[in-house]
Amino acid sequence: MSAEHASERAHPGTGTYLAIAAVLFIITLVEVGVFYVPAFKPVLAPVLLVLSGLKFALVVMFYMHLKFDSPLFRLIFTLPLLLALGVGIALMFLFGAFGLGS
Amino acid sequence: MTHAAAHYTSTGLDNKKLAFWAFIGSECLLFGSLISTYLVYKGRSVVGPTTQEILNIPVTSVSTFDLLMSSLAMVLALAAVAKGDKLWARFWLGATAFLGLVFLGFQFYEFTSFVHEGLTLKTNLFGSTFFVLTGTHGAHVAVGVLWLLTLLVRSFQRKLGPEKALNVEIAGLYWHFVDVVWIVIFTVVYLIQ
Repeated sequence: MSAEHASERAHPGTGTYLAIAAVLFIITLVEVGVFYVPAFKPVLAPVLLVLSGLKFALVVMFYMHLKFDSPLFRLIFTLPLLLALGVGIALMFLFGAFGLGS
Repeated sequence: MTHAAAHYTSTGLDNKKLAFWAFIGSECLLFGSLISTYLVYKGRSVVGPTTQEILNIPVTSVSTFDLLMSSLAMVLALAAVAKGDKLWARFWLGATAFLGLVFLGFQFYEFTSFVHEGLTLKTNLFGSTFFVLTGTHGAHVAVGVLWLLTLLVRSFQRKLGPEKALNVEIAGLYWHFVDVVWIVIFTVVYLIQ
């Protein structure tokens, strides 16, 4: 077993999985609730993006075990994710999706 | 951790798992491009129906909850396989596949109702980008369901013991990835209109 292999930690137990599921359920309820509240209209997009990002991170860290596995897996996943995000934002600027371009 | 059937590379990591994470990385780029295309063309349809007129948030919220719960069932299936608990492994693998099928049922309902309301792949930019994005995701869910059913059959053949837990973990990585993609689609396509 190499040092890197040894750096992997034990996966969480059933209790943690259930707690994460409960948090995911609550965040989804909040997302849908926020969508229907007119007062949130001006800040709807940022609020929903933060909540969605939180759900994304919870699933990736705990259910996909990225928090506990080797840092190399984290790197292999995060780099293309950031690249996709960067390309997406660049395309939106290029096509004027933010109301700034053509 | 499930290392029983692992083949380690010079990195000290299992080769199958390493390759699968690389595959997931490439999938990030695929879905990133599809989501970007949807966003770039958002609100540029010349004719209707548009997002506000057609998307059914309550129904999609239920299917989102269904997919989230399938992720829970998947991690519980992996835990049961790793422990050698055949009964619960079969139950949770079956539950994950069933929840995946329910999600596909919701998607089928949504697609057919949209077509009846006049939105097809050719109607407008929204129709083209929406059906390609959610259809690609649905195809991934369908592949995941088939994969899970294969694992379930292997379990009934008594060929899915703790030594094969890595195979279940890799199937789980795929399933959770499909889930996180839907988390993004649900927010970007359905909630932020």
